[in-house]
Amino acid sequence: MKTRKRLIPHPVLSLLMLLAWLLLNSFSMGHLVLGSLLALAIPYLIQDFWPNAVKVHKPLQLVWYILKVLGDIMIANFIVAKQILGPSSRLNAVFFEIPLEVKNDFTISVLAGTISLTPGTVSADLSKDRKRLIVHGLNVTDIEGEIAKIKQRYEAPLKEIFECCPT
Amino acid sequence: MPFWIEVIVSLFLLLGAFFALVGSIGLAKLPDFFRRLHGPTKATTLGVGGMILGSMLYFTFLNNELQFQELLITLFLFITAPASAHIVAKAALHLKIQHKAKHTETQDDANAGKKKAKAKAIEKPESNAESAE
Repeated sequence: MKTRKRLIPHPVLSLLMLLAWLLLNSFSMGHLVLGSLLALAIPYLIQDFWPNAVKVHKPLQLVWYILKVLGDIMIANFIVAKQILGPSSRLNAVFFEIPLEVKNDFTISVLAGTISLTPGTVSADLSKDRKRLIVHGLNVTDIEGEIAKIKQRYEAPLKEIFECCPT
Repeated sequence: MPFWIEVIVSLFLLLGAFFALVGSIGLAKLPDFFRRLHGPTKATTLGVGGMILGSMLYFTFLNNELQFQELLITLFLFITAPASAHIVAKAALHLKIQHKAKHTETQDDANAGKKKAKAKAIEKPESNAESAE
């Protein structure tokens, strides 16, 4: 599948790269120009390796999602800290599988990353057919509830943000 | 620098240090490999986060200009930490490192037999699991 080369294949990525460049260096006109050049040139040069551009359908919801995850990380950190400091024999560690609805590689990575970042759960493996994510929970008693929570709280918004609306 | 800024900065640093400590305790104390993974990947998010917030505040008031560079650390950490945790966990699963977690089979799959074998590892003595790591 040969597609025509686009000038700016990943606009969001370019913006992020420019921002990262400016944060790494002190802000000045020279760095703005150099950063912009790099942010435009690098995605252009690597687009053959990454043909499917990530489309953010709902940027506002993405911001809301990030804030929500940060809040969850805070709360869950305290819970897990308590579990770690408490007697470890009381922890009910389980493996469970989450049936995935999202199909896009990038969306799956973001979901797996979110699951790993929120304390108490680590994503461990993806089934070969990319339909189930194996997750290790530190202390999960209600597996069905946990799966439902992850699906509703993280997967559903991600699906809306990165994949097209359900037909 | 006003006193109350110093207090807030110290609070953030203490919070960060506390969670880094809890993460390390978790790494040392938890009984099996997969549970140990939770320590460093979790508590370091808020541990590093707290220290970064403290650093941002401190340098913002020290130099009288907004300091955002530390946010990049958070960004890179949030991208790399789950990826490395995932790879480590995946490698452990494939190497069949013994663990005490129950596996719930929601669907039959080709791996089912393999996972049952893992569940049997529960009966094995603790020292065995230790040496496997």
